[in-house]
Amino acid sequence: MATKTEGSTFIDNLGKIYGYYTGGFLGFTILLAILEQLGVPNKVIGYAFVFLTIGVYALIGWLSRTAQLSEYYVAGRRVPAFYNGMATGADWMSAASFISMAGGLYLQGYDGLAYVLGWTGGYVLVASLFAPYLRKFGQFTVPDFLGVRYEGNLARVCGVIVLFSASFTYIVAQTFGIGIIASRFLGISFEIAVFVGLVGILVCSMLGGMRAVTWTQVAQYIILIIAYLTPIVWLSTKKYGIPIPELTYGQALQDIAALESKLGIVKGHVAAFADAKGQFSWDRFVNYFALILCLMVGTASLPHILMRYFTTPSVREARQSVGWSIFFIFLLYFTAPAYAAFAKLEVYSNVIGQPIAQLPAWVQNWSQVGGMLTINDANKDGILQLAELRIHQDIIVLSTPEIAGLPYVISGLVAAGGLAAALSTADGLLLAIANALSHDIYYKMIDRTASTTKRLVVARALLVIVAICGAAVASTRPSGIIQMVAWAFSLAAAGLFVPVVMGIWWKRTTTTAAIIGMMAGFVICLYYLIMTRYFPEAFEAMWGAKLWFGIQNISAAIFGLPVGFALTWILSYYTKAPSDEMQAFVDSIRRPKGAIAWTKAAEVHE
Amino acid sequence: MSEMSKDKMDAYWSETQRLMFIIMALWVFFSFVVHMFALQLNNIVILGFPLGFYMAAQGSLIAFVVLCFWNASAQNKIDEKYGVAED
Repeated sequence: MATKTEGSTFIDNLGKIYGYYTGGFLGFTILLAILEQLGVPNKVIGYAFVFLTIGVYALIGWLSRTAQLSEYYVAGRRVPAFYNGMATGADWMSAASFISMAGGLYLQGYDGLAYVLGWTGGYVLVASLFAPYLRKFGQFTVPDFLGVRYEGNLARVCGVIVLFSASFTYIVAQTFGIGIIASRFLGISFEIAVFVGLVGILVCSMLGGMRAVTWTQVAQYIILIIAYLTPIVWLSTKKYGIPIPELTYGQALQDIAALESKLGIVKGHVAAFADAKGQFSWDRFVNYFALILCLMVGTASLPHILMRYFTTPSVREARQSVGWSIFFIFLLYFTAPAYAAFAKLEVYSNVIGQPIAQLPAWVQNWSQVGGMLTINDANKDGILQLAELRIHQDIIVLSTPEIAGLPYVISGLVAAGGLAAALSTADGLLLAIANALSHDIYYKMIDRTASTTKRLVVARALLVIVAICGAAVASTRPSGIIQMVAWAFSLAAAGLFVPVVMGIWWKRTTTTAAIIGMMAGFVICLYYLIMTRYFPEAFEAMWGAKLWFGIQNISAAIFGLPVGFALTWILSYYTKAPSDEMQAFVDSIRRPKGAIAWTKAAEVHE
Repeated sequence: MSEMSKDKMDAYWSETQRLMFIIMALWVFFSFVVHMFALQLNNIVILGFPLGFYMAAQGSLIAFVVLCFWNASAQNKIDEKYGVAED
């Protein structure tokens, strides 16, 4: 494996290396399937999946260790578009996408599709508005851009504040998810599992920074997509004879509709914007679109995603790579509704209305895992009614292998996939935070003379500190993973979208206006989140309503964004236009060709 | 700025902006407009999929993927036309 250190040979052979890797992983899965048939206990299979995959990530992390700044921060800017797309896919899809999203669709039907739309459409904004220009800018972090475009450390610090709040909220949610998976499949307590997960995160990123994270993320994408598709393809083949679940679940939707009318369910699975009685609801309608907008704009503002486009060899490849990113994400997202439909069909046809003593084995198994599936025979007739069954959204993906009657090895595979999804996102987030602190705060503002060695030591130390803080907060079990993730999107959207998009697309944007607009948008969003979440009485006393316009706080950015845009726009006209030097700089990042016309104040040293 | 006249840069940028606005308009259409008619579209059923549901579950997603790749190739053509593509 000396190829790793000789970068170019490694890059040339990526296809072969990851081809062997995929084959090896499939072989390993088949081997475990055979061992299972020979009587190896389930627990051993669970351990094998968790430790072998983490071991592989650790190996990649160790082989990718580096002592060069540009390797550590941007993977040497040599990541081809296709592989950067895969890495972004893993970076992007977290435990929330992998485990919880299909369950959300199961519970909410059509309204849950706001997540599917919101978490994909943002890439159109990334492709068109951001990625090529940030790549041309070619520094290390998003606050770097703000610091240069808005001339100084104030903008840079504001950028770091927003980045830190959004990414840290997000990483706590991820660490929480890793803790849940590790504790379930290793049989250890949650608090310990969080710190086991922490080790898993650090082995990927510590030594090699962005380079290590990139190549482990590609490996993690391959595992997570195999793990996600295998059970549902199997189930589709078994039920309808066609191995394309995305096509066959149309039939399942029809069967569900028939069962819904038989069971007397008024809010249909495919009914749009319906309240509990199945009637059209304006409140649902408005919140659906508000959430889509916030998730999309948040996608385009999350620094751990944007910084992936700093790693491609060229502007052209940065654009291409956004296409590959959304393609690889699409593969999972357009499958999620199929999971929801198949699970619902199974529950409606084989669980509801059955004698409780004769429920399918998967229901019995899950009802023994605390709180995930509860059966309460309220009317004591021994028959399960719809209202007597409560299903937690996290078990839909996890229980599909059992619904399909697949061997336990597939459950282990799904666990490995969920772990890959959570680890890869946690790593990307951790790196985004640690890089902002070490590069933007320490190097750019505290010690401009620090040597390369010292900068890397500081970067690694901060990485460990942030990771430990994240795990410590996660181990206190703060409530609601999905809510925390959605908050992270709103915070990033309200704080970062406006200054970056206007900085690139409108030369007249001035420093003062951008900083005020950015902080105003961010503060309003934060205010709405914190007040409605933690101080609802005080909020209601002040505003005379529980919510502004009935908008849920997961879409808080809907208030921050317009304020940010309006203030930046109006104040720009009342402040002195940016210098010719700054205008030339903006021109130079708009053109793919040629050097960047750095302003004197930028003080850029490569 | 030396290798490129201001007029040429302006023309290049206005063409880039036009592409951006077209992409954004299609993005608005597939993200919001089409789903506002989900109730009506759900009356049309294809292969078991009510169309309103299908658009949110698959149709718009396919459109997003196509938009991203199309944006990349259209912008490359503009770059080459004005000679600002990377060497």
